Amino acid sequence: MPDDILLKMKNITKDFYGNQVLTGVNMELKRGHILGLVGENGAGKSTLMNILFGSTVIKETGGFTGEIELDGKICNFESPFDALDAGVGMVHQEFMLIPGFQAAENIMLNRELTQRNFWVDVFGERLSSLKNEEMIKRAQKAIDTVGVDLDAKTLVSEMPVAHKQFTEIAREIDREATKLLILDEPTAVLTESEAEIMLSVVRRLADMGISVIFISHRLKEIMQICNELVVLRDGKLVKEVPTNETNPEKISEWMVGREIGGGPAREAPVKQTEEMETVLKVRNLWVDMPGERVINVDLDIKKGEIFGIGGLAGQGKLGIPNGIMGLYPAGGKVEFQGKKIKLNNPRFALDSGMAFVSEDRRDVGLLLEEPIDWNISFTVMQTQEKYLKKILGGLIKWRDDKAIAKLAQEYIDLLEIRCTSSKQLAKELSGGNQQKVCLAKAFAVRPDLLFVSEPTRGIDVGAKQLVLDTLHEYNEKYGITIIVCSSELEELRSISDRVAIVSEGRIAGILSPTAPLKEFGALMLEA
Amino acid sequence: MSILKSKDNKIARFFINNAVPILFILFAVFAIPMADLSIEYLVAEMITRLARYSFLVLALLIPVIAGMGMNFGIVLGAMAGQVGLIFVMDWGVMGVPAFFLAIIISMPLAVFLGWMAGIALNHAKGREMVTSYILGFFINGVYQLLVLYSMGSIIPINNSKIVLPRGYGIRNAIDLVNLRKSVDRLIPLEINGIEIPVMTFILVAILCVFIVWFRKTKLGQDMRAVGQNMEVARNAGIPVERTRILAIVISTVLACIGQIIFLQNIGTMNTYNSHEQIGMFSIAALLVGGASVAKASIKNAFVGIILFHIMFVVAPRAGKTLMGEAQIGEYFRVFVSYAIIAIALALHAWRKNKEAEFARRSLRVDTEEAAGTSE
Ligand SMILES: Nc1ncnc2c1ncn2[C@@H]1O[C@H](COP(=O)(O)OP(=O)(O)OP(=O)(O)O)[C@@H](O)[C@H]1O
Ligand SMILES: [Mg+2]
Repeated sequence: MPDDILLKMKNITKDFYGNQVLTGVNMELKRGHILGLVGENGAGKSTLMNILFGSTVIKETGGFTGEIELDGKICNFESPFDALDAGVGMVHQEFMLIPGFQAAENIMLNRELTQRNFWVDVFGERLSSLKNEEMIKRAQKAIDTVGVDLDAKTLVSEMPVAHKQFTEIAREIDREATKLLILDEPTAVLTESEAEIMLSVVRRLADMGISVIFISHRLKEIMQICNELVVLRDGKLVKEVPTNETNPEKISEWMVGREIGGGPAREAPVKQTEEMETVLKVRNLWVDMPGERVINVDLDIKKGEIFGIGGLAGQGKLGIPNGIMGLYPAGGKVEFQGKKIKLNNPRFALDSGMAFVSEDRRDVGLLLEEPIDWNISFTVMQTQEKYLKKILGGLIKWRDDKAIAKLAQEYIDLLEIRCTSSKQLAKELSGGNQQKVCLAKAFAVRPDLLFVSEPTRGIDVGAKQLVLDTLHEYNEKYGITIIVCSSELEELRSISDRVAIVSEGRIAGILSPTAPLKEFGALMLEA
Repeated sequence: MSILKSKDNKIARFFINNAVPILFILFAVFAIPMADLSIEYLVAEMITRLARYSFLVLALLIPVIAGMGMNFGIVLGAMAGQVGLIFVMDWGVMGVPAFFLAIIISMPLAVFLGWMAGIALNHAKGREMVTSYILGFFINGVYQLLVLYSMGSIIPINNSKIVLPRGYGIRNAIDLVNLRKSVDRLIPLEINGIEIPVMTFILVAILCVFIVWFRKTKLGQDMRAVGQNMEVARNAGIPVERTRILAIVISTVLACIGQIIFLQNIGTMNTYNSHEQIGMFSIAALLVGGASVAKASIKNAFVGIILFHIMFVVAPRAGKTLMGEAQIGEYFRVFVSYAIIAIALALHAWRKNKEAEFARRSLRVDTEEAAGTSE
């Protein structure tokens, strides 16, 4: 039945000022099917979806060529508004939420429930009054459909990342007319159990007859819920197959065009930490981070080790770095290099020589309107006065552009940041490459202690190992103490010298990375 | 212990957030005794000035909601209002009808100017305040051309009391005899010998109700969204540019009415000057009331007008007592209004920078709090 096809994209080609990003992409999507879209960082996935959604960036950068057919009608959307009208919804890779608004206000944004009043007749629809109570009720219903415990009246700025993501999904669910839903890495910011919830929601939507395009770097998820999958490499479609005829190994090969090794494997020896000097002493730490509450944590971090923190979602592992760095209300005693750290004061933590790459990288950390090299060197310049030429005995400080460019190039090579040059603006990078810039920025500071939360989220399979290797190298070469929080246990075991498992806001136990998997599992489930 | 600490923090934060109003209150506490003015006189002055300026200052609020900062472009509205007044004076209409007629005549002009200003500001996103300031100068030039050369020649104006002796152009000062205090005194009330302009306050109250109501309309919600994040708003299908233009149009129209209220209270119109400093003084007043470029409330407007004008009234007298010269106080007040605005703008730019760098932090804690905790 040809009728079954909802979407056809024909010969889609797009360049950004001569930088060819998509070449002749053809694909089809059936009604009620989930299509997986995979590819390396910068392969062109988000760009393809932005074209489909009529995003303004595409038009502003010279448009595209090719044809899009939805429901048998040719429709090259002029704006997202047209796309929404035609029943296409999109959850972007970066958050499309207004931080100062409640969840409900965001879910109902520009679809507010309104009431006519006298002034509507005089000045038009936009002067109708809002029906706040009802909007909150309706938004709450959408949130409940998603299946998370979130109050519709919560401000987005007060939410942990996962809840922001679910708010976006709730918004798309609430639109009745949605036929096609584009999800650009919806699980990248979620932990595994949260991702599970997300996947089941997506499945349910598909069962309701909504077609979904699902982008993810976690091939397991693609295998689990997608009917078909499409592989993009350097802007070309290299493969289109039903999911049940393939496996993750093959997919990764198509993605990078070569064979790649299995998961992260441990190479370096585990350091013996007993004898080492304690650099960070944590006593009775509590952190009030919504969704990641820390109740009572004691830790002794040794100078020069890589310390892993794992555990299931919502047990509090993310709360530990966020609390110590002063981002969420916290209490207890923290001593770093023998000095007491003032909690609830991010500046103090930074000045003491600690740095933090937050798990919430999607809408923070980068100056999007500035070039890559600036982004990488900005913090170093601010905090350590490096890369500044001093004239007249420091009276005038000059930016050392050459040194900055060199520094940036070093990281571009090291982390394989895909860009046209170190002068490219951060906003023009693909999501995964922006994250690499975030990491580079923290590395460049060469702090005494580095917290990294979820270092490989949103980074493609090929580049994951690179990021882990870089962490390792920095630890070895510069003696930087590193604390890694990750929901991927394998990753933790591959680089850490010790791994702590957090359960219910407390440390359930600390293991050697070489301990059998069973022991980790037991600690995680310990109540 | 942690509870105690957070309490300390709260108090500290309160002082930091309200540093400007507190400073002005301190000033008042010291300067009022020195100025040797009777309390009755001060109260009467404050009531007059509240009636005079409230409407103009409140006209600034809506662009702030839309994220466009302080709208120096309210002088455009003021000019429109003055054009309306010139016609009304020429036709010799009297009293309250004259007031409303002036509003009706000038309204289309205000809408048009606001619409133009809105378009201009859409081309200068992120630099709205400077642009609206420059725009004020530019339109002032056009206004002078219109009033000085074409009125009485191309545009028929016959009343010899307002036309220059040479036959065209409007006189520098127009005595608004027909209009003087017509609204203020419509409902006469006197308490303790102090005259209360009841009707004017009713108009101000109506505007306040309008603003509160407006925030809860679809358009108000759209403005809040646009003010916080244009990209997200645009992606949700909100017509960002149009919404911003509407914010400026509303502000300009309100300023037009505000200027007519202001002039009927004063009773004379300096054709070429009355509007000039309106933007500056209204914005300074709002900032003194504790508003910031990104956040302003009705409360800020009233508190600001009172504190700012206490300084206006008291400073010359206090200057005289202190230095033996009233002129000092005059310099002082002009200096203070410019300084307040400059500081507010610099503070805003600084905060924006900080926000970008510590975006994570400012997302959690609002910017003012962040400033408070970093000592
Ligand atoms: N606005 C823009 N201006 C210039 N180049 C851009 C712009 N947006 C994207 N690009 C470039 O297009 C390429 C593809 O980017 P895209 O965001 O589609 O990648 P992606 O497949 O989504 O990657 P990721 O997995 O990292 O999200 C990248 O090389 C990027 O630098
Ligand atoms: Mg992407």
